[in-house]
Amino acid sequence: MPLLDAAGFRADPWHRVAAGEPATGEAVLVGLAELPAVIAGRSNAQRVGVEVANTVRLPELSPFLGQIDLVAIAFPAFADGRAFSLARQLREAGFKGAVRAVGPVIADQFTHLVACGFDEVEVPDAIAARQPEAQWRSALASYGATYQTGYGAGASILERRRALRAGQGAAS
Amino acid sequence: MATTKQKILLPAILLANDLLDGDVVFWTERGWSIDPAEALVARDETAAVRLQEVAAAALARGAVVDAYLVDVALREDGLPVPNHFRERFKIAGPSIRQDLGKQAAFAHLRGRA
Amino acid sequence: MYRYDQFDEAFVRERVAQFRGQVARRIDGSLTEDEFKPLRLKNGVYLQLHAYMLRIAIPYGTLSSVQLRQLALIGERYDRGYGHFTTRQNLQFNWPKLRDIPDILDLLADVGMHCIQTSGNCIRNTTADHFAGAAADEVEDPRPTAELIRQWSTMHPEFDYLPRKFKIAVTGAPRDRAAIRAHDIGIQVVRHPVSGEVGYRLFVGGGLGRTPMIGKLVRDFLPKAHLLAYLQSLMRVYNLEGRRDNKYKARVKILVHEIGIEEFRGRVEAEFAALDPAAIAADPEEVARIEAYFAPPAFVTLPETSQRLVADRARDPAFDRWVETNTFPHREPGYAAVTVSLKPVGGVPGDATSDQMRAVADLADAHSFGEIRVSHHQNLILPHVRQDALHGLWTGLVAAGLAEANAGLITDIIACPGLDYCALATARSIPIAQAISRRFASAERQREIGELGIKISGCINACGHHHVGHIGILGLEKSGQESYQVTLGGDATENAAIGQLLGPGIAATEVPDAIERLVAVYLAHRREGETFAEAVRRLGIEPFKAGFLATPAESANAAA
Repeated sequence: MPLLDAAGFRADPWHRVAAGEPATGEAVLVGLAELPAVIAGRSNAQRVGVEVANTVRLPELSPFLGQIDLVAIAFPAFADGRAFSLARQLREAGFKGAVRAVGPVIADQFTHLVACGFDEVEVPDAIAARQPEAQWRSALASYGATYQTGYGAGASILERRRALRAGQGAAS
Repeated sequence: MATTKQKILLPAILLANDLLDGDVVFWTERGWSIDPAEALVARDETAAVRLQEVAAAALARGAVVDAYLVDVALREDGLPVPNHFRERFKIAGPSIRQDLGKQAAFAHLRGRA
Repeated sequence: MYRYDQFDEAFVRERVAQFRGQVARRIDGSLTEDEFKPLRLKNGVYLQLHAYMLRIAIPYGTLSSVQLRQLALIGERYDRGYGHFTTRQNLQFNWPKLRDIPDILDLLADVGMHCIQTSGNCIRNTTADHFAGAAADEVEDPRPTAELIRQWSTMHPEFDYLPRKFKIAVTGAPRDRAAIRAHDIGIQVVRHPVSGEVGYRLFVGGGLGRTPMIGKLVRDFLPKAHLLAYLQSLMRVYNLEGRRDNKYKARVKILVHEIGIEEFRGRVEAEFAALDPAAIAADPEEVARIEAYFAPPAFVTLPETSQRLVADRARDPAFDRWVETNTFPHREPGYAAVTVSLKPVGGVPGDATSDQMRAVADLADAHSFGEIRVSHHQNLILPHVRQDALHGLWTGLVAAGLAEANAGLITDIIACPGLDYCALATARSIPIAQAISRRFASAERQREIGELGIKISGCINACGHHHVGHIGILGLEKSGQESYQVTLGGDATENAAIGQLLGPGIAATEVPDAIERLVAVYLAHRREGETFAEAVRRLGIEPFKAGFLATPAESANAAA
């Protein structure tokens, strides 16, 4: 499935390893059940990621967050929004690696995904075909600012108002 | 695609809502029409299956939304009248505002039983 | 009233452009109907039976005269010259074309309005007491809180794809006129009994629909500054834990019911403890900025009672009756809040023509500081009218066909659009309301019966709030016919209760007689000054059930 981030479609460096297969390669993406063994057996330079359902609880992931580079969360349907909260919890828990959405998300959700802490999306071919890169880029540009403080990189509307007030205060 | 075969009630017409206008439209021999009097009536299963194929293709093309078959009775003048009251309202317009909807535009829909 | 600043304005314009783009991408095939549907719903666009429907947000039911005139214009230019005010204090147009909706959204943005989150599985338009800022019993005006929630909940990145819709209502008074316990979250502004600090009491898990439930207390006192952090915690628990396997079990009320309020509260508090409320909250300057918009208008000092009003009432009995039913005590001496009834006898509950909207806008400019409210009873409110001016106002309302003296009476019926418009409906609602309204048309009879709320829904989704009607009517399909179930004893106020079913469904034509029989039981048994709802609470359902099930002849004998 095509992989996309804020810069556009790109090659996927991660190698999915099914249960029972040897976890070899520079960057391996494994299930939660395999994760402890793969971490224990990893070579020095090997990067390890975990792919989880959106029903996984944060405490199940917490012990590993300092040792992995990617959490890929499944979207069974684009309207199933559980992963938005899970991604937020990962970021609030201090996870610094990449967070990936896997499944039929649509370009119109890209801003929300990024605001909640996702870095990249892996979408089915059919969606990538209907919604080319330009639509994802345009979706990202469709919000100048949002009302929620702490979501996304830019200043929220509340913070902008505060800055404006401070500016006016300084000017007067 | 294997689907559970649903019994088609006959005779039947195919209706939908136009994607851009929202207006109720009917499949006719010449494509979609806003006039229920022009609706193509499927009187046997073969014709009804053909209507289902039309519906699937139209939905896939995206020209209409909410396309589905409706079983009807034929009035004396040939007008197909849905057997279910929901679709009778859907075709005619609000029962409380006879000045609105298709009942206002088409004389053959007024004074229905 | 709140007014958009440059940031609100830019945000809403961006959303209009976004929706315009989404419509174009639906047409060119970039978006499938399945993908487009949630996007259009979040912009208030439904596909109904005959056409699209556009639901416009009226945040906490507050409108300016300028906004109401714009709605009138949209109704004429893009619809059929009328609109429908809803039980969620919104306005619906029944005939817009999808191709026109981006232009309509631009016209709305011109007056600081939008359709964002009036549908879809997200946090819906926040509702509030329609007498906010006018009611004498208020601890505080709930609208600054509701506006803060509006902004915080608008396109919230984390909570835009919830298991199901989510409704929040706020009241600033102990008398609940916002039906807060029929909402997913109900918020009551309260004063702390010990410290005197103003904060919030929160209820969760109320809701009507297939499984009606009364909201349960989740937090007895929440400091104001913690509101957004607490809401974020609660929404996160719901977003993660709410059921997604069955849409009929996906509302938060089911989650609360299944895990219990104690467990639910514990999970919310655990999330809350992990958050930094200060990082999420609006800063005090922002709160003050919003509050300033809701500062009371420039009331003049007046005597408690207007002698002119007394004289006008004595001289004009029709006016006197209207004042008795359609005015509400105001916190300011010499003022009144006025209910503009959208329930003319035999009319469509909640409908107003564009001309009527303009008439109300003009009267609001003349008599109510240009401010209008929409009540969840589907009426309009002029919140701040000088008692001296009531006769002039009434004269204007009479001319516009808006002076029905029936607020709170048996013909002030709430009804959803039902199968006359709605694609989800199983039966019609409006003709039932009309038939009851005609049956009880006599003004004397209505006054004799007194306060009685009939609420009608055309399907189990309960947009007509039938579960909390003193008398509730639910339209269903039975054997290919429309059939109506009648419930009794519902209450949407601080005494919130779900009505009980009286018996098997009846045909549309039988409904007015059945209502007559229930009214007859009440009139036969009531005590001095006892309202219908109070009588039902005292007597229980049984005598009414007997009356409901009786044949008309039996019931006549019983009353004799």
